Amino acid sequence: MLKQIEGSFAVAEMVAMCRPNVISAYPITPQTHIVEELSVIVGKGQLDAEFVNVESEFSAASVVLGASAAGARAYTATSSQGLLLMSEVVYCIAGMRLPIVMTCANRAISAPLSIWNDQQDSMALRDAGWIQLHAEDNQEASDLHVQAFKIAEKTSLPVMVCMDGFILTHAFEPVDLPEPKEVDAFLPPFKPTNIVDPRWPRGIGLFADPRFYHETRYILHRAMEKSGKTIKAVSAEFAKSFGRESGGFIKTYNLKDADLVIISMGSVVGTIKDLIDEFAEEGKKVGLLQICSYRPFPRKEIYDALKGKMNIVVLEKSISLGRGGILASDVRWSFPRADKKDRNISSFIAGLGGRNITKDDLRYMVEKVKKEPVELEFLGLNKDLIAKKDL
Amino acid sequence: MIEIRIHGRGGQGNVAAAELLSIAAFKDGKFAQAFPSFGAERIGAPVMAFVRIDDKKIRTREDVRHPDYLIVQDYHLFGSVPVLDGLKPDGLIVVNAEKSPEELYIKTTATIETIPATEIALEIIGRPIPNAVMIGAFCFLTGLVSLGAVQEAIMAKFPGKIGEDNVAAMERAVEIMQKR
Repeated sequence: MLKQIEGSFAVAEMVAMCRPNVISAYPITPQTHIVEELSVIVGKGQLDAEFVNVESEFSAASVVLGASAAGARAYTATSSQGLLLMSEVVYCIAGMRLPIVMTCANRAISAPLSIWNDQQDSMALRDAGWIQLHAEDNQEASDLHVQAFKIAEKTSLPVMVCMDGFILTHAFEPVDLPEPKEVDAFLPPFKPTNIVDPRWPRGIGLFADPRFYHETRYILHRAMEKSGKTIKAVSAEFAKSFGRESGGFIKTYNLKDADLVIISMGSVVGTIKDLIDEFAEEGKKVGLLQICSYRPFPRKEIYDALKGKMNIVVLEKSISLGRGGILASDVRWSFPRADKKDRNISSFIAGLGGRNITKDDLRYMVEKVKKEPVELEFLGLNKDLIAKKDL
Repeated sequence: MIEIRIHGRGGQGNVAAAELLSIAAFKDGKFAQAFPSFGAERIGAPVMAFVRIDDKKIRTREDVRHPDYLIVQDYHLFGSVPVLDGLKPDGLIVVNAEKSPEELYIKTTATIETIPATEIALEIIGRPIPNAVMIGAFCFLTGLVSLGAVQEAIMAKFPGKIGEDNVAAMERAVEIMQKR
């Protein structure tokens, strides 16, 4: 049913329809309304699940790890410092091939303290062996969760659904939520294959000496690469079952005739689409390539979609300090060496710590890269705040 | 697309006002988006909330920078934050004040309407939360969102006496505006 609903509540309702057996979360900042609402749903007896309130995100991740290892469908949500506090367990979950689903309500990382949105938190864990899917709006954020459980359980890989903190989690907008029976038809009960059980004592994720560890990382890497097929298949099946497109690897907008392509991910693509329409009215051909699956990275899809596109600008809400744009690096690597020569791939960092990304900023970015490629620029930088020696 | 910016202080129900307007617009069959200006909200601190209403899907995620309408829940804010920033020259400002628009000395080409919303809220609801009164005045003046839809939205969010009192406060605002 189409509802005007806050993003966090839409996700909570969708997660409840996915019937997790165990939900564990740390309830205070940087948490969102997602787990608050889930605790209400469980408390009212509308979802038969164990809701485990814990004293830290490290414990929340540990609880879902244990629950999943025992065969439960398990869910947690966090962001920012909470995700970083989980990070040790986040790696363990992937290494143990546990199909846990987590929402990351993307937020900035301290210090200085910022409670606002950017995507540095999930970026900090991009190498952990989790599938990372990015939502454009609250419809997609909600849809991605039902897909996430299916992908996780089919691939034995954990999935992180990334949605921009505040910008999506706190926004009221229309979201079409399915009926529970439609979700049941799409997502059958979890049939675990690799669990710990006292009736058959064994361990998972234990000790791998140098004869074995190397291979475990290779296998995990291959599993991540191969999961792309499942991500696409589940997205296609979702479209068939629910009648709308959500998720998948990449999406494009006005790409065909574009002589400049913006690459980005998350909620900012909405503002970019509006700008692209304005440009189109002015007779300027600008297109968008939107990344939904950041891990596994859609290298081949990007390469195929951008054949003949020589001017590309990557806009992202995170940075590898001392290196530059993280997404930009991934995009630059998507083109084989011989093919890279004539391509102009510019990199812009924007919206860190909740800085508003305006259409004017984006227009400036497009006009600037049309003149010459930009190695790296912080969009909307206020140079008055920076000492001369630091510029 | 119509854009509304709500200015107020933490505790005045700014985010709730944005939420209720968006839900009412949705009930009227329009597309709507509402979101707060995010911050570490504290009671009394200046805060903002934004609403967009359109006939098609709303995609942009910018803050509202060029509003058609302003709802100002505390007129003292004119002296402390840039309330008028980006307001369209022919826009409308609805202000919670016990004074006339002239007595506020606001330099703008936009239309100003005032209503003593806190006073009315104290009388009817018993708490100084002016948002329902402000929404009532705003809906009457703009016709942007139907009063029936706002009423439904209020009752859904606050079932029982709290909702009924807020609806009564909203209706009082409409009566006052009708008499002008």
